[in-house]
Amino acid sequence: MTEMLEHQAIGRGPARRDGVRKVTGTAPYAYEHPVENPAFCHPVQSTVGRGRITAIDTSAALALDGVLAVLTPDDAERLANTDDAELAVLQTHEVAFRGQIIGAAVAETSEVARQAADLVAVTYDQAPHDVVLSDSRDDLYRPDAVNGGFPTDSNEGDIEAALAAAEVTVTQTYTTAMYHQNPLEPHTTTARSEDGVLTLWDSTQGVHPVRKAVAKVLGLEPDAVHVVCPYVGGAFGSKGQLKANTVLAAMAARAVPGRSVRLALTRQQMFDVAGYRTPTIQHVTLAANRDGTLTGIAHDVVEQTARIKEFAEQTAVSTRSLYAAPNRRTSHRLAALDVGVPSWMRAPGECPGMFGTEVAMDELAQELGMDPVELRVVNDTEIDPDSGKPFSSRNLVACLREGAQRFGWADRDPAPRSRREGNQLVGTGVASSVYPVYRMPKSTATVRFSGGRYVAEIGAADLGTGTWTSLAQIAADALGADLASVEVRIGDTRYPEASVAGGSSGMTTWGSAVVEAARAFRAKFGADPSDGDEVEAAVQANPATDDYAMFAFGAHFVEARVDADTGEVRVPRMLGVFAAGKIINARLARSQFLGGMTMGLSMALHETSVMDPRFGHVVNHDLAEYHITANADVGEIDVGWLDEHDPHVNAMGSKGIGEIGIVGAAAAVSNAVHHATGVRVRELPITLDKLLG
Amino acid sequence: MKPFAYQAPGDVVDAVRSVAEDPAAVYLGGGTNLVDHLKLGIVSPDLLVDVTSLTSAEITDGDGGGLGVGGLSVGAAVRNSDLAADPRVRERFRVLSQALLAGASGQLRNMATTGGNLLQRTRCVYFQNVSTPCNKREPGSGCSALAVPGRPAPTHDGAGWTRNHAILGASEHCVATHPSDMAVGMAVLDARVRVLGPDGERVIPLTELHRLPGDAPERDTVLEHGDLITGVELPPMRGRSAYRKVRDRASYAFALVSVAAVLDVADGVVRDVRVALGGVAHKPWRATRAEEQLRGAAPTPANFRAAIEAELTDARGVDGLDGGNAFKIPLAAATVTAVLRDLAASETGDPR
Repeated sequence: MTEMLEHQAIGRGPARRDGVRKVTGTAPYAYEHPVENPAFCHPVQSTVGRGRITAIDTSAALALDGVLAVLTPDDAERLANTDDAELAVLQTHEVAFRGQIIGAAVAETSEVARQAADLVAVTYDQAPHDVVLSDSRDDLYRPDAVNGGFPTDSNEGDIEAALAAAEVTVTQTYTTAMYHQNPLEPHTTTARSEDGVLTLWDSTQGVHPVRKAVAKVLGLEPDAVHVVCPYVGGAFGSKGQLKANTVLAAMAARAVPGRSVRLALTRQQMFDVAGYRTPTIQHVTLAANRDGTLTGIAHDVVEQTARIKEFAEQTAVSTRSLYAAPNRRTSHRLAALDVGVPSWMRAPGECPGMFGTEVAMDELAQELGMDPVELRVVNDTEIDPDSGKPFSSRNLVACLREGAQRFGWADRDPAPRSRREGNQLVGTGVASSVYPVYRMPKSTATVRFSGGRYVAEIGAADLGTGTWTSLAQIAADALGADLASVEVRIGDTRYPEASVAGGSSGMTTWGSAVVEAARAFRAKFGADPSDGDEVEAAVQANPATDDYAMFAFGAHFVEARVDADTGEVRVPRMLGVFAAGKIINARLARSQFLGGMTMGLSMALHETSVMDPRFGHVVNHDLAEYHITANADVGEIDVGWLDEHDPHVNAMGSKGIGEIGIVGAAAAVSNAVHHATGVRVRELPITLDKLLG
Repeated sequence: MKPFAYQAPGDVVDAVRSVAEDPAAVYLGGGTNLVDHLKLGIVSPDLLVDVTSLTSAEITDGDGGGLGVGGLSVGAAVRNSDLAADPRVRERFRVLSQALLAGASGQLRNMATTGGNLLQRTRCVYFQNVSTPCNKREPGSGCSALAVPGRPAPTHDGAGWTRNHAILGASEHCVATHPSDMAVGMAVLDARVRVLGPDGERVIPLTELHRLPGDAPERDTVLEHGDLITGVELPPMRGRSAYRKVRDRASYAFALVSVAAVLDVADGVVRDVRVALGGVAHKPWRATRAEEQLRGAAPTPANFRAAIEAELTDARGVDGLDGGNAFKIPLAAATVTAVLRDLAASETGDPR
């Protein structure tokens, strides 16, 4: 077991160190990084869903005053590595999906660049495209593994026999929509190629992963690529893996050497090339005894990927570990379509998957005439049913109990449509939440004593989550120093290699690297170091993972009010209670949980990317029509957590919290709407037309 | 997107002359819709003529100007925020203040003008995307909301995403809706629009400003090129009024269905009633058939529902992605019934 840190700075709630810079507008984001005389790049996108470009006429674009270059597949530089078709920008005349980047204009102003891009005339030999996901397709296939490296299928016991023998069963199909991450800051880059070095000020979840991937695509030594990203205006997974826009920015910069080139995707373009969450079709089966004990769980998922690159969301994987049952089955099948490449979005897997499982649990509770909180308690388990290992800590039941008390669950009349206030139907719902504890294999930190202060450097990212602040708290406690005497530097490949900010792994991974470096520093230099003393150390594998399964848990409680005339849904109260180990920064953690819950509410009621199969693109591709929950949709969002002690996860005792807030939230909303109205909505979003009449 | 010239003339007559003489000139008000269109390439004028400091930004009492006591005259440059907040509007024309506040966001309302709001264009997603056919944007190219020749839809009968589209008064060429809330609130008030054209000033009833699409969906209104809205007149109103907007989220969304209503009950019967619907047609839809049926009738929910159902006899949903928009027919009936029911209850002192 790793020696635990003594918590001094950890657990308090210092304000974010970058807060003043952000609210005063002095924190430079990627597009704003001050550079001399920048040029601007605007992409040209395909207007067919599939086909081949037969001609590109750039003459009108090139004739405009202020145009520096027009890049097309005819003459763009040949990339060194095109294995990843998503990143093989302008390397082929084949069009794989509508909105694909097929050219770019580089100009003196952003307006001229956009005008020039509009003037590029493209002719196609169009082929029929296929963008419709359905579970009745005859070409669904079984991927080799799903995201995270998990097995595609699992099978234990005999689910069919369990179903046949069960006293009570639920068998339903649940669907989640296509979602776009839509961070407020779009995908942006400022790029410059000069003196053999490519510098990218890029909005990303990881400067080192970007450097590695860009170097590979362009055939450069990693040292020849310098990536800088101190601040990010939201990402939600969409900036976790390199996307075509960053490659294009690099190519544009290399087309005008010595000149800095800025590229910001428009909101509409983000719906085409910046990633999204696959829609899912989930078949869930639960078999149970009369007392509520589950005897079987099956979760079979159909989802989509792009024909040019596979991404298999691990939608059913969390179902493997949430509840005990002797007979268990999960599966994932994919349809490869002529669409952009799906990718990570906040809690890939758990988020859509727990909608299916946790609504099914509510349906089971209703079938049994059992309280849905009690049903979850009955099926709690100390052993992870998937791995057979005990949980390092599992406080799902405590979250449910604490939440029920705080929410006032005890007074609930379980009958659907039993409470009406004026013209509103009122209901409440609950759902469980779960998210794994991930630790990335590689991250290194440096600790140095300089000018009477400690400086910790690591090429980590702050997506708006608070890394600048929380890593400093960890470093302070690991050094036994005052928080004020510790400075953290992140977001630059000049600092040691750090993993991507993904899988809620940042604090565990980078924090552990910082702890290793701080301890090595103290071991080498003692309590009274000299100026310039420095140590570098890396995160180590956690041997406790051999013996324990590690997850955070939580419980959502939601009150929904549905207008009896119009079906409009409002959520006056939402409560999330989480057990996620030691909370490093109380203020920032609340914000993370609250943000996740809000995104889950948004998924429940509003968000859906409407794919028009006739054209092959998302038609509601702006924030006026892609609805994200507004303040007026919700009243109070209450966030709480348990003081959970877990000595196995890492030296801080912390679990990741960036994603668990969204997991299960949509199910709790759906369950509350059912309780209010008696209408069970199994297809997200829960729009008013589904509740009318 | 292409370069354009910007002009700020000294007075409205110059402005009208500048636009009337140049087919590629347009007026610029608050710019909250036009600037988006410039970026998206939906329009590409050569000249923008800024009229925000030319028309009146005042709201004046109408008693001196032939409008009658209680009426108001609203300058075309009055910002949506100012109109919504004006105490006279809030007291005398509650429906209009509510309609304004139901629209857009605080920031947009601070920019948007009265004249510009009336002339904002549909938010049909196909109109707003130059890569999809649209008869309104490019006459004769086809209506992507309805069906696109050569582009069969694998999952339904060929229509597109029609959630924000019309159920009343549409044509085979266009099924778009007018997006304004303010215009619906004004339609129910029998507002009149003052227009200055190259040949002088005229007044148009607001309900006759916007057109149904017919075979010329590129024309949103009856205005000719060069016509400039200079103001809106609100005649005095009797009775109680309310605006209710039903949409996919609680704020910052266009109406699926909105209802503006004025109800005047005397001696247990409806003395006067006016109802306008938003989100359902190419123009604010005055429910004249329902109004006629209700005048003189008892103000009961059953009568309200029967009247609006009569109005909606000709309503047609469009099948389409995500289930189409046929749900808007029962939604419109339910919303009108609820608004009139609540107005009637408030007339009689019933708290709801």
